Amino acid sequence: MPDIQIPSIDLGVSLQLLIIFGGAMVLLLADLFSGEGNKRIVGYIALLFVVGAAAAGVPYWDAPRSTFNGMLVLDNFALTLNWIFLLSTAITILISLEYLPRQGIERGEYYALLLFALGGMMLLAQGTDLIVLFLGLELLSITLYVLAGFAYPRLSSEEAAMKYLLIGAFAAGFLVFGIALLYGATGTSSLAGIANKLGSGLAADDVAFMLAGAALVIIGFGYKISMAPFHMWTPDVYEGSPTPVAAFMSVGTKGAGFAALARLLLVALGSQYATWGLILAILAAVTMVIGNVSAVAQTNVKRMLAYSSIGHAGYILMGVLSAGSPAAANRGIEGFLFYLLAYSLTNLGAFAVLIALEQRGEAAWSLDDFAGLWHRQPFLAIAMALCMFSLAGVPPTAGFWGKFYVFTAAWEAGLQWLAVVGVITSAIAAFFYLRIIVQMFMRDPVREISPSLDRNLMIGVGLAALGVIVFGISPTPVIDLVQGSVLALSR
Amino acid sequence: MNQLGFPLLSLVLWLPTLGALALLFVPRDSIGTQRTVALAFALAALAVSLPLYFAFDASSKGFQFAEAVDWVRSWGISYNISIDGVSLWLVLLTTFLTPITLISTWDSVHKDFRSFQILMLLLETGMIGVFVAQDLFLFYIFWEFTLIPMALLIGIWGSANRVRAAVKFFLYTFAGSVFMLLGIIALYLLNRQATGTPTFDIAILQANIANGTLKIDPTVGRLLFASFFLAFAIKVPLWPFHTWLPLAHTEAPTAGSVILAGVLLKLGGYGLIRFNLQLFPEAARWAAPAIGVLAVIGILYGAMVSFAQTDMKKLVAYSSVSHLGFVVLGIFALNQQGISGAILQMINHGLSTGALFLVVGYIYERRHTREMAAFGGLWKVMPIYGGLALAMVMSSVGLPGLNGFVGEYTIMQGAYLSDALGGAFVAFAVIGVILAATYLLRMFRLTFMGDVTNPENATLSDITPREIALLVLLLVPIVVIGVYPNLLFAPMQPAVEQIAQQLTSVVASIR
Repeated sequence: MPDIQIPSIDLGVSLQLLIIFGGAMVLLLADLFSGEGNKRIVGYIALLFVVGAAAAGVPYWDAPRSTFNGMLVLDNFALTLNWIFLLSTAITILISLEYLPRQGIERGEYYALLLFALGGMMLLAQGTDLIVLFLGLELLSITLYVLAGFAYPRLSSEEAAMKYLLIGAFAAGFLVFGIALLYGATGTSSLAGIANKLGSGLAADDVAFMLAGAALVIIGFGYKISMAPFHMWTPDVYEGSPTPVAAFMSVGTKGAGFAALARLLLVALGSQYATWGLILAILAAVTMVIGNVSAVAQTNVKRMLAYSSIGHAGYILMGVLSAGSPAAANRGIEGFLFYLLAYSLTNLGAFAVLIALEQRGEAAWSLDDFAGLWHRQPFLAIAMALCMFSLAGVPPTAGFWGKFYVFTAAWEAGLQWLAVVGVITSAIAAFFYLRIIVQMFMRDPVREISPSLDRNLMIGVGLAALGVIVFGISPTPVIDLVQGSVLALSR
Repeated sequence: MNQLGFPLLSLVLWLPTLGALALLFVPRDSIGTQRTVALAFALAALAVSLPLYFAFDASSKGFQFAEAVDWVRSWGISYNISIDGVSLWLVLLTTFLTPITLISTWDSVHKDFRSFQILMLLLETGMIGVFVAQDLFLFYIFWEFTLIPMALLIGIWGSANRVRAAVKFFLYTFAGSVFMLLGIIALYLLNRQATGTPTFDIAILQANIANGTLKIDPTVGRLLFASFFLAFAIKVPLWPFHTWLPLAHTEAPTAGSVILAGVLLKLGGYGLIRFNLQLFPEAARWAAPAIGVLAVIGILYGAMVSFAQTDMKKLVAYSSVSHLGFVVLGIFALNQQGISGAILQMINHGLSTGALFLVVGYIYERRHTREMAAFGGLWKVMPIYGGLALAMVMSSVGLPGLNGFVGEYTIMQGAYLSDALGGAFVAFAVIGVILAATYLLRMFRLTFMGDVTNPENATLSDITPREIALLVLLLVPIVVIGVYPNLLFAPMQPAVEQIAQQLTSVVASIR
């Protein structure tokens, strides 16, 4: 029996992960020692770890490296994604600090769970092996099952957790089976290994296994990114979950799912673009249409944002799949990263405003609650308006540049028709985003709402709104960042 | 840099925004200061825009006062602004109309005055930006940005049906412009494929198309033409894309209507000249007869519907559909007379229809109705108002000696001489002129002539000196253009001549 070889481990690659996971452990302890009703301190500590992890990544820019036998990498692509996830988590923590006690669900493990989920997301961004990707996805999912049900004993929250658990179990099943088939066909679980194997040609039988495996893996991730037709769970789960959790899911899970999907499609299955390119393009089109058309009919703002997030998954997917085409390889990835950042900031901002308006013990997020917001809380109204314009893709906001980026990528990839679908659905989407603006600015208040004006929440809203407008007026730093992030993803 | 060595155009462009920012620091309830600050910045923008005319080299066909700074270098996007003969007067129209409308709000805006001023100033920057941007991307950003303040102006300060009007306005124009975005992307990528350098510079794109560096397949060219045309046709608005306009005009507050009719609709006409004609001359020639038919239908349809209105504001709104039909007709005559007539008519329409909206707004402030049946004999009680209103009506009708006549005449001359259109188009357009006289004079007769039948009108006092001043300010250019149109024609001629020549040569080379 040969000796077990222990590979040399480069801790730098997993430094950010270590900080986050270590932080989560510390938070569990801190929770024990912080008194009842004083859990905010746990949140502040969590924030500290998130900022620390973000800073820890800086020295690794432009110094791609991998470890654990190539199962984990830290290239610019992963680093940029990590930063996006860290930023999203930081804003999520800020908007949770006051929400939890106001809703009477303040428990210290919330922040620990959030960091575990964040670690899972970062694993998905850094993983270059199917096993690591699965690990990351499960870590993310399991923590989110708990977080979705965090508003216990509110029934809708329990329902959300249950639904998410069942659907998530399905998705995991697809994913594992797909991984098994891929492994069976290629004899390796490493993404680069799969690519090599495909490059050198497979036996005819193995091709069938490989394709079936790839399809199942894509379906598994398709659930996480709420790609049609695997999107059905999204509105119910978002509606039932505590609002900060819904916000986190709408940007975090989605982003992480896309990160892993992008690496899988482009690194491992890049040579099979001819097969999956068109299928995913059609699914992206369907996703955009279903998400945006269904959102039109919603009167519950939380559900509307859920459907709109389905629509945005379609746009992001447009960027990812365009990158499969050699003509748009770089621009597709850039578009994906840019869009993800813009969308994350915008959606978190929108959910944050929703949180400010949420009254204790109420489970309704009616459009009417926005009526006359401009006259009562101009700051919230302007922030929300910026987010709505950004989601709709109206300049000068970050969302507009994101749309422009992915449309350009799709066009370059030869998918003009997809860009046309994107444009038409954007026009449809403008309708329901505008409806919120109409409520806020053009209607008189329907009922008395006393918005929360907690300082942390305001910082969260302000940060998101500021990002939306600043990156809208001066997108160059972000463009430079994402342009630097494609190099590592060479095929 | 430019001939002045000074970023004059940027100053014109951004002064209103500066004013909007300054207004944020004025307390909400000190209306007086808000008035002063907003007006001061608008007047400053007007003041610095005047040198654009005086320093303008009227013999040059090129772009002047150019400024260019890289914005997103890797994509070839730059902050690239300048003006030529086509945009000069449109910029001046904007800076001239904005202070007038700001003053008009002193009497007519009663809630949230500060926000109204802020939005007006932001809108001014957006509109000027559209006229001066020489980078396709920058242009699109300004173009889309104008939607936001205008929709809010209609939706917050409009009358009863305002929300519907605002939503319809926003969605119509947004839907049109997203297709233009697609066209922009396609053009950009085609050019990059052909030349290898990414650029959104309009002049470079035009040159590449004109000299054959960038060859566009005719079918693709027509699709691109259509994507731009849709956005502009909705904005103009050309029949049958006009349905948002009457609603928006009727529901908007007076100042909003004045700016909407005065400048915002001109963005569409300007876009047609700058992009549809200059970027896609071949497709423009191909589509010209069809568009000419739409324009003539618009002229007649707008006129007939105007005739049927009982509400004065709606009447003026529909008359815009008719008048802008002339503008489109002139543009797609594809010759020098037609295009310069169209530009002049855009200015004319801005002045006279803007004035008519003010006229309607004045009486609405006093009586809170715009139904013509509620009036009659107003001239007897409000002689100054009646006289000025008559002048504005005559200007809109196209009385010789006033501005409207010159514009319409030049356009019809252009259409007659055009090989794309021809005499038949002119014949129908003339009917439109006659109808314009009918509906506008009918309005004037019903409201101003005869005896005072409604006792509520008997006690009205004449309009205030401030209101008189605003109308007189508008009357001055109306008369000046009518008497000496060459003042406006001269600086725009070289640029228009070049556009016309380009069209002729490209079309000729294709045949």
